[in-house]
Amino acid sequence: MELCREVRPAVRKKILLFILLGWVLLIIGDRVDELRVYQGAQIAMYTIALASIVLLTGYSGQVSLGNGAMMAVGGYAAALTLNNLQTPIWFAFLMAIIASAIFGAILGSAAARLSGPYLAGTTLALAVGLPAIANQFSFLGGEPGILFDVGFPPERFGEEFTQYKWFFWISSVIALVALYITSNILSSRFGRTWRAVRGNALAAELAGVNSSRMKILAFTISSALAGLAGAVFAMNISLVAPGAYSLALSFALVTGAVLAGISSLPGVGFGALILVAIPEIADAIAGSLGSADKLNNYLPGLIVSVLLILSVIYTPNGPGENLRKLLHKKHAK
Amino acid sequence: MSGLAVNNLSVSHGAISALRNVTFSVEPGQLAAVIGSNGAGKTTLLRTLSGLKDASSGNAEWQGREMLGKKPDVLVRRGISHVSEGKSVIPELTVKENLVLGGIWRSNRTDTNAAIAEVVELFPRLGERMGQSADTLSGGERQMLAIGRALVSRPKLLLLDEPSLGLAPLVIEQIFETIDKLRHRLGLTVVLVEQNAMSALEIADTGVIINLGEVVASGKASDLINDPALRAAYLGY
Amino acid sequence: MQKVFETILIGLSTGSIYALMSLAIVLVWRSTRVVNFAQAGQAMASTYIGFEIASRSEIFWLGLVFAIVAGALLGAGVDYFFMRVLFKHANSGPAAVVAPVIATLGLLGLIRSIVGLTWGGEFKSIQTPASTNGFTIGESTIPFSPLNVLIIVTTSIILIALAILFQKTNLGLALRASAYAPEIAQLAGIRTARTRTIGWAIAGGVGGVAGMLVTANNFLSPYSLDLLLVFGFIAAVIGGLESMVGAVVGAFVLGIGLTFILNYVGTSLVFIGGFTVLILVLIIKPDGIMSRGKARRA
Repeated sequence: MELCREVRPAVRKKILLFILLGWVLLIIGDRVDELRVYQGAQIAMYTIALASIVLLTGYSGQVSLGNGAMMAVGGYAAALTLNNLQTPIWFAFLMAIIASAIFGAILGSAAARLSGPYLAGTTLALAVGLPAIANQFSFLGGEPGILFDVGFPPERFGEEFTQYKWFFWISSVIALVALYITSNILSSRFGRTWRAVRGNALAAELAGVNSSRMKILAFTISSALAGLAGAVFAMNISLVAPGAYSLALSFALVTGAVLAGISSLPGVGFGALILVAIPEIADAIAGSLGSADKLNNYLPGLIVSVLLILSVIYTPNGPGENLRKLLHKKHAK
Repeated sequence: MSGLAVNNLSVSHGAISALRNVTFSVEPGQLAAVIGSNGAGKTTLLRTLSGLKDASSGNAEWQGREMLGKKPDVLVRRGISHVSEGKSVIPELTVKENLVLGGIWRSNRTDTNAAIAEVVELFPRLGERMGQSADTLSGGERQMLAIGRALVSRPKLLLLDEPSLGLAPLVIEQIFETIDKLRHRLGLTVVLVEQNAMSALEIADTGVIINLGEVVASGKASDLINDPALRAAYLGY
Repeated sequence: MQKVFETILIGLSTGSIYALMSLAIVLVWRSTRVVNFAQAGQAMASTYIGFEIASRSEIFWLGLVFAIVAGALLGAGVDYFFMRVLFKHANSGPAAVVAPVIATLGLLGLIRSIVGLTWGGEFKSIQTPASTNGFTIGESTIPFSPLNVLIIVTTSIILIALAILFQKTNLGLALRASAYAPEIAQLAGIRTARTRTIGWAIAGGVGGVAGMLVTANNFLSPYSLDLLLVFGFIAAVIGGLESMVGAVVGAFVLGIGLTFILNYVGTSLVFIGGFTVLILVLIIKPDGIMSRGKARRA
């Protein structure tokens, strides 16, 4: 009971923080134009996706490129549920979470014995082959994919309330709830155990931890998050197609996570912001350089790769750590 | 001086100091036994002398030239060979390949072949097993191979890290006999790091005793053996 | 019966290309303890350079030579300028374990973007150096063509040359020693850093050959070699990432196996088949079929 009383103020503070965030987003959503609202929805989506990587790679230490594939699983599950079973939207999202959690558990079981390059290589294989797999099964809609239409915003919000604003609201709420839950999971004993296994698996085992089971658990939860992000993504672009979940997406996620500080949940907002900003920056540069097709296709990838390399070399634990070191030096003087 | 001169050498592993102000010297052609218990810093000393580790302060000279801060391959070409402790043999290679390894840095194949022939003469058991994979050798044979490989580079200064480690008592005797024999025959200067203090001091000219990173005693080997306080502390009786 | 025979032949041809790729992967892994995902990018960039030369001179072999040289230079360059910087900087914190992997992935993306910006994404094709018409035996034509023969012969020559290099030369010995036991090699007087760069150069050159050969009858695009990387990786895993012989054996096993799936089931399941093999090997015999019993740690 004593512990509860100690913990409660911290929990209450967190809830208040999230509510405050939600309120701020609400106000922002009202003030900005369509494009920004859409981008806001995408940022919310990326925060969920990046959170999945922070959990899997930052906390549990497993480098996986399969989260893009898990996003696809979530997207397809949501679309198929919505289109074939005519369920309410929230049920479609729930199916996305469940389906990707199941796939994540399967992938995690195979991956539990792997580490480092084996895991990365296997998930890379998955990411590369995903479009091929998706093209195989006709009920997945092949290359053009399936439509995912969540419908119009409720009438009581009035005429001014656009479709994209509706998306923004839904994605933000989902993101806030998902991040809150994830934050709790990470600061719970699960989070501590993952970090212990990541740091020294042998020592953790000797302390009684079943590291395989922990790793599989990490994969499952991470995939569930990714699947949710995938469903939100599908909602935002109203479509689920293999091309949307390409290898480039997995790369972008890893980049965003490294920039966020690979084991720092608060950083995902920053990472998501950058991921959404890159295509815009790339467009601007491409525009001033003449807008060739080549530029449009490959410039974003170039920027993402350069960012990834620079951040892995110079800020491997996120810019937050570099800042801390800088402040430390100043203090020491 | 044309031997080994170590002066105020200090080495640390990050924030932890491993060696502090270590000073000793070895005349050319002499064998110095460096004695101490586990963790005393003996291995760190050799690793610093052979270029695997950087010192934080002090200097060390061989034949009048500074040796600290140089890469291992530079020092090998100057005639310094380090036989590291434990696994100094590459098990995936054959005995012959392990020996040839000691001479790759030389551009002259003939020299290397001649050196290998000399090593085989010193260690005939190796000669019998040239084509075998090194992991089929016994502990004592592996140690011979490790020393043999170092000899292929025709060193003037030989750094030996606990050659007796993990070997049966009879084999240990043989190893020390061999070391004594070859250093006289080849005129080598040797730094012999050992936990097996007695056997090491018996074949040594001088001794250096290190405890927790500092030199606590040094001098003629025979004096160290006969000093009762040191015997009690380090030789156990 | 004839179909089995044909399938095995084609499998050998496909497998030999995978062998080059998996060998390159294992070579780099053994010497640096890093799986260099950027090798796909290096192979791709080398192949584009080979393509430029081949299409201008209309001589495939000239293009191949340039691809090898480009691959070797790229490989050496990546090790010298990239990997060394990486290991110096990223060596602490939770990211230290994952940093090299992520960095090579970033490099793959970087090379791909640069290639895309330079040549664009449209499919290019390289004039094949040999006929792709199947041989006629008696009355029937089998799908095995002079090009396939050429591929097998070329890769065999390279594999034999590499075997000679590694087993019979001083350089090969230095490469092996630096990979198995870098510290002992250093103490023996070998300049391990330089040796490692040479290893990367060799791996890069080999990757260039693989890229050119696989493209000879296919289209070239910034993404066309991804599958080669994946199958090369799977082959290396089958053979146990530690063994060069294993890499080659694993590649042939994979090549023949996948061709069987291709001929008897259909194109659709080829990738899934390969992926399943990977998962199966990792679950059942993680050390690969040629393992000596060493633990599979990164």
